[in-house]
Amino acid sequence: MKTLIFTFLCVVSVTVMAAVEYRKFDDPRQEQVYQTLTNELRCLVCQNQTIADSNADLAKDLRRQVYEMLQQGKSQQEIIDFMTQRYGDFVLYRPPLKAKTIILWVGPAVFIVIGLVVLAVISRRKAAGAQSVALTEQEEKRIRQLLEQEDDA
Amino acid sequence: MLKYIIPLLLFVVLAVFLALGLKLNPREIPSPLIKKPAPAFSLPILARPEQTFSPDQLKGKVWMLNVWASWCVSCRSEHPVLIEFSRTHDVIIVGLDYKDDRQAGQQWLAELGNPYFLSVMDQDGRVGIDYGVYGVPETFVIDKKGVIRFKFTGPISMKAVNETFIPLLQQLQAETP
Repeated sequence: MKTLIFTFLCVVSVTVMAAVEYRKFDDPRQEQVYQTLTNELRCLVCQNQTIADSNADLAKDLRRQVYEMLQQGKSQQEIIDFMTQRYGDFVLYRPPLKAKTIILWVGPAVFIVIGLVVLAVISRRKAAGAQSVALTEQEEKRIRQLLEQEDDA
Repeated sequence: MLKYIIPLLLFVVLAVFLALGLKLNPREIPSPLIKKPAPAFSLPILARPEQTFSPDQLKGKVWMLNVWASWCVSCRSEHPVLIEFSRTHDVIIVGLDYKDDRQAGQQWLAELGNPYFLSVMDQDGRVGIDYGVYGVPETFVIDKKGVIRFKFTGPISMKAVNETFIPLLQQLQAETP
C-alpha cells in the first residue's frame, strides 16, 4: 500500500512540476511586478481564479503577454491599461473607483453605518424601557388589591 | 405593525436582488471594444497560407468576425447556423481560427461545410487577446468604417440570427460609409 501511495505521489508531483512555467527576469523588481500583476488579473475563463492560478489556455497566453510587455519595459499601469482596453474592468480583481463601481467601494461602509444606527436605536430603546417608573399612590393601591385577589383565588 | 412591515420589506428587496442575480449571466462580460475601431491584424489565410488578410481589406463593407476552432465543442452547434445564415443571406463572415492546428481547421471546414468568406489563422492567440476573446465562439459585427458595433459571446442560434443579427446588419448596411 505504501509503495502504491508513493508511486501515486511521484506521478502527481511530475504533472504538477510540468505545469510550472519558468520565467527569467534580469531585474528582480520586474519579477515582483510580474507576480503582482498575475495575481491581480482575472482569468476570464475560470472566473474565480487569477491568471497566476489558472491553467486555462487563455491564462497562459495572458501570462505570456504580461511577461513580454515587462521585457519590453512597459510599466505596471501600462499593462493594466492594455488588459482593461481589451477585457474591460472585469479583468481586474480590484475594480477601479468609478461612478459604476461606487456601490462596491462605498457599500460596505454604508451597511456598517446602517448597522451601527440600528444598534444604537435598539440599545437606547432598551435602556429607556428598563428605567423604573414611579407609581402614584393610587396605582400602588390598585396593584396591591389585584395581588390580594390573586391570593384569594 | 411596523414590526412586521420592516422584515417584509427587507425580504422583498432581498428577493428582488436574488431574482436579478439568477437572470444575470456571469459569462457575458460587456466588451469595452464596442464603438472602437476593430484592432488591426495581418494573419495568414487558412486555405492559402502564403496570403494574408487584414480588416482594412473590408473597409466600406459590413462584415462579421467569427472566432472559431476545431477543438471548440460549442462551435459545432453554431456551425450549421452559420452555414444556413450564409446560404440564405448575403453576409460576409470572416473566420478567426483561434489557436488551432491548420490541418485540423481545414478538415473541420471540409467535413462540416464552409460558411466563411475566408478564415485566418491565429495560432498563438495574440489577435484573440487584442479582440478580448475569452471563450470561443465569439462573433463581432464590424461596420463600414471598420468600427466594432456588436459582440456576441457563445454559439449563435437561429433565433439570434433572426432577431439580432439580420436587423443589425440591415441597419448598418443603410449607413453611409
